[in-house]
Amino acid sequence: MIWVDTILQGILLGGLYALFAAGLSLVFGIMRLVNLAHGDLIVLGAYLILLLVTLTGLSPFVAAAVAMPFMFALGYGLQKFMLNRVLGDDILPPLLVTFGLSVVLQNALLEGFSADSQRIQAGSLSTASIEIAGIGLGVMPLLTFGSALVVIIGLNQLFYRTSLGRAFRATSDDPTTASLMGIKPAGIFAKATGIAMIIVTIAALYLGMRSNFDPSIGPARLIYAFEAVIIGGLGSLWGTLAGGVIIGVAQTVGAAINPEWQILAGHVAFLVVLLLRPRGLFPRAVD
Amino acid sequence: MTALLETRGLTARYGDFQALFGVDLVLDEGETIAIIGSNGAGKTTLMRSIAGVLRNPVDGIRFEGRAIGDRPADEIMAMGIAMVPEGRKLFPSLSVEENLQIGAYGRQTGGYWSLETVYELFPVLKERRSNPGTALSGGQQQMVAIGRALMSNPRVLLCDEISLGLAPVIIKDIYKAVPRIRESGASMIVVEQDIGQAMAVADRVYCMMEGRITLTGRPGDLSREAIHDAYFGAQA
Repeated sequence: MIWVDTILQGILLGGLYALFAAGLSLVFGIMRLVNLAHGDLIVLGAYLILLLVTLTGLSPFVAAAVAMPFMFALGYGLQKFMLNRVLGDDILPPLLVTFGLSVVLQNALLEGFSADSQRIQAGSLSTASIEIAGIGLGVMPLLTFGSALVVIIGLNQLFYRTSLGRAFRATSDDPTTASLMGIKPAGIFAKATGIAMIIVTIAALYLGMRSNFDPSIGPARLIYAFEAVIIGGLGSLWGTLAGGVIIGVAQTVGAAINPEWQILAGHVAFLVVLLLRPRGLFPRAVD
Repeated sequence: MTALLETRGLTARYGDFQALFGVDLVLDEGETIAIIGSNGAGKTTLMRSIAGVLRNPVDGIRFEGRAIGDRPADEIMAMGIAMVPEGRKLFPSLSVEENLQIGAYGRQTGGYWSLETVYELFPVLKERRSNPGTALSGGQQQMVAIGRALMSNPRVLLCDEISLGLAPVIIKDIYKAVPRIRESGASMIVVEQDIGQAMAVADRVYCMMEGRITLTGRPGDLSREAIHDAYFGAQA
């Protein structure tokens, strides 16, 4: 029974990693851009929500909803005025620029909020749990996993049911031919990064409510997100969820064996998948 | 009368390599013209310049009297110039129907062409509407590429090498669609290596060699010898 419990907790934890990863997966899937500042943008989102909660007394969930349009605008502008300029056949310039952005964000947050660790207070919600068949499940992990499902389903609907989604896929396939359809690739990229930042805000909400955070933790979130994307297969949204779950389960199982092994077990699971299936479990992207 | 589409002294280069040397071309409303020439004559470069994939001097290309040479492809398409690119270039992530739908993304003016009328023109596409575009045969893929360009109800349809790599019987099938396309009001520029096919559909023919127009006229007025010379260079 203890193992069932451990694995269930791991699956739910995987929801958090899938939230970290979904925005990264979206951006990579459309423009083959690896955003090294992704983790720091999640931390930035967490501080924005914290600020709104502290200043206005809003519930964290409402504060996150208020933060979303700002984060969308940030992503849109970031892509339009900075990242679009370095996108091209060479993958190195965007990597360098987002790496630089990561450093800038960490230091700006340090300057603005100090190195003290913070937490978004969620009241009784953070300790509430429900019991199903003798297993106690935290409400917060359940909410996290549910949100991850909603995000993945929502992105799939956007991709496969809307005109914008068709434009996303067409631009991902071939930006030049897409422009012959009247699509402006630069605008499509900006919208995609904007949407990724909305998902980042959701990830930030749960990151901030579930654990302490400080300006330096972004890169570690990026690693989890990146591992989830790679395990799932580049460009596959359901694969990203599966990747998050695999890391989550590996971590909780590792921790059940020896608490020191939690983080390590997640990385080992990633390396094992990479060894057995170098292109991930559900690869969609061709290159 | 202003021509619908016109190029004046159009030049184009890829880095140090100059591909077009002052091309003058006129397309009148309702007309179909063909551009013939061997590989490397500059036909595709000319198409890509008009479509805005390659940027040109602003005055190099005029559409309804407006200088549009420096406009990007998405704006050119929104004005009503659609292209069937060489090699078809279907989107592999999109189904046949989605490939057609995306053709109207930047220009939803309404008009004769819609999913229904495109399926009427090429009934086989309706049967395969949910397949990935790239799962179709070459001829069917070409039909998707033509249908995709028609979905925006273009004023000008640019067709780049639509018979390339297809069996003669399939080419005949595809060219059967041309009269319907003309009736819908689109003017056409057809790039062809197949001279017979070009002569059969075009009101006027331009022959290109080494980035220049070497011969122009009505199909009936051009002798085989004149075309041969324009195509391969005059024999010494």
